[in-house]
This record gives sequence, structure tokens and C-alpha cells, in this order.
Amino acid sequence: MKQYVGMEVSVALAEAVKLANADVIAAYPITPQTHIIEHLAELVASGELDAEYIPIESEHSAMSACLGSSAVGARTFTATAGQGLELMHEVLFVASAMRLPIVMAVANRAVSSPLSVWGDHSDVMACRDVGWIQIFAENGQEVVDNAICAFKMAEDNRVLLPVMLNLDGFHLSHMVEPVLMPEQKAVSDFLPLNNYPQPLNPDKPVAMGDFAPPVIFTEAKWAQEMSLRNSYSTILEVWDQFGKQFGRHYRPVEHYRTEGASTLLLTMGSFSETAMTAIDSLRDEGCKVGLIRLRLWRPFPFSDIREAVKGISNLIVLDRAISLGGPGGPAASEIKAAFYGEENKPKIVSFVAGLGGRDVTPKGFEEIITRGIEIAEKGSSNEYEIYGVRE
Amino acid sequence: MSSVKKLASKMLEEKEFFAPGHRACGGCGEVIGLRLAFKEIGGNAIVVNATGCSEIIASQYPYTSWNIPWIHALFENTAAVASGIEAGLKIMEKKGISHSKGAKVVAVAGDGATSDIGLQALSGALERGHDFVYICLDNEAYMNTGIQRSSATPYGATTTTSPVGGKQKIGQVTWKKDMPSIAVAHNIPYVATACPSYPVDLVAKIKKAIEVKGPAYIHMFTACPTGWGCPSNMAVKLGRLAVQTGVFPLYEVENGAYTVNVKPAKLKPVAEYLKIQKRFRHLGDEEIKYIEQRLAEEYQKLLEKSEASAS
Amino acid sequence: MTKAENEITWKEINIGATVHEPGNASQYKTGDWRSNVPVVDFSKCIKCALCYIFCPEGCITKNDDGFFEIDMYYCKGCGICAEECPTDSIIMKEEKE
Repeated sequence: MKQYVGMEVSVALAEAVKLANADVIAAYPITPQTHIIEHLAELVASGELDAEYIPIESEHSAMSACLGSSAVGARTFTATAGQGLELMHEVLFVASAMRLPIVMAVANRAVSSPLSVWGDHSDVMACRDVGWIQIFAENGQEVVDNAICAFKMAEDNRVLLPVMLNLDGFHLSHMVEPVLMPEQKAVSDFLPLNNYPQPLNPDKPVAMGDFAPPVIFTEAKWAQEMSLRNSYSTILEVWDQFGKQFGRHYRPVEHYRTEGASTLLLTMGSFSETAMTAIDSLRDEGCKVGLIRLRLWRPFPFSDIREAVKGISNLIVLDRAISLGGPGGPAASEIKAAFYGEENKPKIVSFVAGLGGRDVTPKGFEEIITRGIEIAEKGSSNEYEIYGVRE
Repeated sequence: MSSVKKLASKMLEEKEFFAPGHRACGGCGEVIGLRLAFKEIGGNAIVVNATGCSEIIASQYPYTSWNIPWIHALFENTAAVASGIEAGLKIMEKKGISHSKGAKVVAVAGDGATSDIGLQALSGALERGHDFVYICLDNEAYMNTGIQRSSATPYGATTTTSPVGGKQKIGQVTWKKDMPSIAVAHNIPYVATACPSYPVDLVAKIKKAIEVKGPAYIHMFTACPTGWGCPSNMAVKLGRLAVQTGVFPLYEVENGAYTVNVKPAKLKPVAEYLKIQKRFRHLGDEEIKYIEQRLAEEYQKLLEKSEASAS
Repeated sequence: MTKAENEITWKEINIGATVHEPGNASQYKTGDWRSNVPVVDFSKCIKCALCYIFCPEGCITKNDDGFFEIDMYYCKGCGICAEECPTDSIIMKEEKE
């Protein structure tokens, strides 16, 4: 029986990429992603991972190099954060439109200005519409397991889409956590060689990245949209297969103490673990609250979310990103939209908290939930509330 | 003439890797360069193309002019995409899982994509030493978007963003960025300038670029009748005049050693080149004289580098 | 033949909108862009091949007699072949409908 090992999550993630036997890693250093790529560079230098490590000159070029290596059929990984993800932004669209199965970890970080190297979800929320599969991990084990699953999802020939694995910068990336590293053989059995069906190959030339006039652009985009929507079933299949083989099970939406709840808090990423403590305290006080956690962000798990809140009166959505001048936190806005046409929908309250690495304590979560219930019952003139701002 | 005939018979044996049916303007100098280059490069290659004329004319979905694998991602990232392809091919070959054996990676980009927006990606790729060939097709402005100035636009040329007006009578007020020297500064094994008007020279340079291990940079001067304001039959003539007037000297730099490949006994008056293009028609004698002097100085510096390399 | 772009449905878009028929742009006729047409006089031709080398379209081929012929399906009438011909074997004439 394998033992849990205390590991920094970034290092564990790099070890998972090694287990996945990635061929090419192209990355540019940015806090708080650095420990991931440093460890990968070490693994390549030591020969433990037989890969090409491209120490590239920017994130824009990092993702561009990933396009190239993925297009020749190489298993490709990169990692970034915050500004780096924004610098990549333009290239992210191309990766998904070209259907290139790149896997990228994002150590989520705030976006300047003011400069902040600390965690929130502003970076990834600005990349909602780039056409990638997007997963949020809660702890080190989820990071490791989902990194391995990400390659399998991305490279599945029914999917062929890039996958973004989000882990909160510092709050998760720099934590030392007990992690169960899967055995190499088990990973190799689970994850076959990349079988990209249309590599750039002089024996069978393809042209990738044509120019599309208006008469064909809509068809091309719709084909891409269908590929992302249809990836949902394969994502579930991969998680199921992983669960069967490794005993750890993943779903698009996770539940914690939701039985008999009238109010649910929805979180993403590492907030969830602290939130659980708050839920426990409130339950002890007789408050009927539970927690749901959104693991799959794209494709958006409409049915799972609707199912999760059946019979619930209040849903409090906690975003770690601000949608400036918009209707509320990005996740809250989407969830409100998802329920708009539903008959028995809960009252949905949007909270923003934890920007730029600001901690939210268990007590803070309790305050958010209490205030959320109050807003749900009495209403509010605000589109959303921000937690913890000094007046 | 015999070297031309020899080139022709060799070219005739190869197919057109850049197939007819492309949508370049009539008389486009760029596609002459592409045709010639890929006749030499052959079929075992992967092309990475920047956004621009060369990309747009050859790739309207569901068509392609390319008979070899081709990828176009964006405007500024061509050298980075090429880096990834090269790394991918290398490791997959090492692991025995590669789809292609010994394929050459060839990046093709315009002057704006090279010397402006893509300069960082190119510098990174050259510095890291990827084994690839980068061909800059220099038509001296952003032609695909409607003739806007780039840093490769020559002094005195009008473009839609370096127009001549009551206050500004010169057009482009800056001297053309010396992109080949920037490539040389990366200490890469091979840098050359080329022009399709000198096809034998061009093809010989492509051959060296392909054979060399590590990055090779070819800066190709390709006339654009549409953007330069001249009849469509002028592209070859303009290239020849550019070389003979010192506007675009043909040289190569092998591991730092300079060789000037075409040495006119005396540079022709630059007016011969300028006067047949509308983009220069506003220039007075004084400006033309300034251009001629500066060209002579630059050419002299080049000859000195070449002589220093030889000694 | 490649299916015309206005007939392709979204389901027929290749993965990643890639093209799997190399060089299929050759189906596209560029000859009707022409307003001037090159006319070749083989009696003056010295078979130097410069027209073939410099043709931007790559639409000049060598026939069995060693002369160079121009494929009018592609020729855009740019006139480079005529301009560069050392013996004036090629002249440009106005294209007639």
C-alpha cells in the first residue's frame, strides 16, 4: 500500500506531469507558478523525465510553442498564472480552435494593477470564453489526479481540446499537503500514448489555421462549440475510469453536507476546504446550510448545478474575481443565467471575496452565509456584495 | 546563363510546393521567393506561417496552396510555434514515436511580423538555438492590411501611415531597421540576405540555411508592385535595382564571417530605383542625395566587414 | 474536388478547421483576374527558362520540345515573363473576352 507523502502541491503537480510522460514543456516563470516549472526543469535535467524543456521568453511564446509541439503530436504541458495567462490570452483561442490537446496548469493569481502576486480567480475568469476545458482543483490530491486526467481528456480523439487545470496561487500551489502519488505503471495503463490524429507530417500534409471568410466562419465556430459541449460526457467517463482504477472519484459539482439544506454556498478552488469548517459550525448551530463546489467550469455543467440545488431556497455564490461594472461575480452571473428559465429556482446571491490573496476565515464564511441568507430573504439594492472591504 | 539553366532543370524535377491558384496580387515578388525557396527545401518540411500576405493568399478555407504541412497561428508568434515544432519533433524522434523523420522546420513571416510584432519571439528562438530556418519576406510595409509603415519601410517611402503632407514632406522619416544585423547579433550559424531577382544566389543560400545545424535567418527582399506603386511586371527588375544601387546588398554571414555575394563594380544611382515607384515620387534631389550617401556608407561598412572576415 | 465553402455544413468542418487536401487551391482559377495576356513566340525563344523561374504563379511548364508554356487557367497577366524575357519572345497583349 502506498503511503501519503507530504509534498508541496506545485512539486506534486510536476511529478504528475512526469508520470504522464509529457514530451514538451514550454514555460515562462511567473509567481506563483514557478515551483511547478522549476521542478519540471529539474526532472528533465536529471533525466527522470525524458522531455524537451523550452525555457521560453514569454508566456505568449510559451503557449505558441505549445501549439507547435502539440500540432506535431507531442504531449505538451505548460503552466502560468495571472499576467502570464493574460499575455497568453490571444493564443488560448487558437489552441482550442485548432483542437490541440495541450494541458496547462494555472496557479491562479490576481491581475494588475495594483500589482499583486497573490491568488484570486481574476486571471482565469477573463479567459472564460477561450474554448478550453477548465477544471478547478481544491487540494493537492485533486491537482495530481486531475493533471493526469487532463491529458486523457484532452487527447481523447472524441475531445481534442486543451485543458486548463486551475489551482489557487499560494493557497494551494505553495501548500505542503499529504498526497498519494499514483504508481507509474498504473498511470501508464490509464493514460495511453498521445494519438493525435492529424499531426503536421510531410507524409500526410495538413494545413492548420486557414483564413475563413464569413461564409464559413460560423460553421467553424459552431463545430468548435459542439466539440466543447460534447466533451462533457468524455470528461465524466475519464473521471469514472480514474475512480475505478485509483479509487478517488470526481464529479463536475461536489456536495458537502447538502442533505436537508435550505441554503447552499457555492465555491470554487481552495476556498472550499475552509468553507467546510464554516458549514460544520453553522450546522452545529442548527442552520440548514450545505456547500457545493464547482469543479468543472467549462463546459459549464448546467444539469449538475440544477440538480444540486433542487429544492433549495437560497444559493450564495462566492466568487474570487470581480466583474468590473458587471452584474456580479463571474460564476454568480453564469449561475443566475443558468437558472433564469427554470421554474423552481433558488434565490441567488452573489458575493465577491478573497481578492489578491486576502484570506477568508471560517468566521468570514459564516458571516457571508448569514448575510447571504438575509439578502435572499429581504432583498438588496446592490447587484452583489463584496466581503471584507474597509469602509 | 548556365547556372540559371541548371537551376531551372533542377526546379523542373521538383513539384510546386506552393501550388498555383494562390490569391497573391499579379506580379507579387513574395511568391516568387516562396516558390524558389521551397523548390530547394523540398517536401520533407513543415511550414510555420505568420499572419500576413503570404498566409492569407494561400489559405482560404477549405483550400490550401501548400503541398507540405503548414500551420498558421498568429501574427507575432511564428518563431515560437516553430520552436515548439522543432522541440516536439526532436523529442518524439528520440523516443521513437515521431510521425516524420528529419523534417525541416521553416518559418515564413513578413517584415512587420519579423522586425516589429514578432521580434521578441524571433529573438528568443534564435537565442535558444532551435534547428530551424526563418525566412523573412520583406516587402517593406504592412501590405496585407493596406500598406501601413513598418520598421522595415525605407526612409522616404510613403505608406498609408507615413503619408506626405504639408508639414511632413519625407514620408517615412526613419531608416530601415537592420534586421539581418539583429539576427547576426544572436551569434547564430547562418544569416543571409536574398532576393528572388537573383535566383541562383537565393537557392544556394536556402540550401546552406537548411543544411546548417541550428537557427538560420534569411532576409528576403520581395518587391510589392501594389504597395510600392509600380506596374505588375516590375518585381524582378526592382529587386535587381535594389541590389545594384545598394538599397539591398546581397550578403551572407556564416558563423560571424561576412561575404558580400553580389558586388557591383560601382553602385548605380539610387534615383534609377526610386523614380519608378510612386511611394518615392515626392522625394526631391536633396533627399535622394541623402539616401544615396547613406546607402554608400552602409555599403562601405558591409564591404569592410566582408574584407575583415576574409583576412 | 473540394466542396464549395458555401455548401459545407458545420458537421463537415474538419477537426480544427484543417485542410487535408494538400495544394487543393489549384482548383481555384486565377486566370480570370487577367487584363493582359502573354503571347509567346517560340521562334525567338532560346529556352533560357527565366520566365519559368520568375513566374509568381508557378504556372509555366516545359513542354516536350523544351519550350515553356503558360497555363492560362492561372496566369494573372502580370507581365513579369515578358519583362524578363531576354529575347522578347513574350509580349503582353490586351485580354479579349
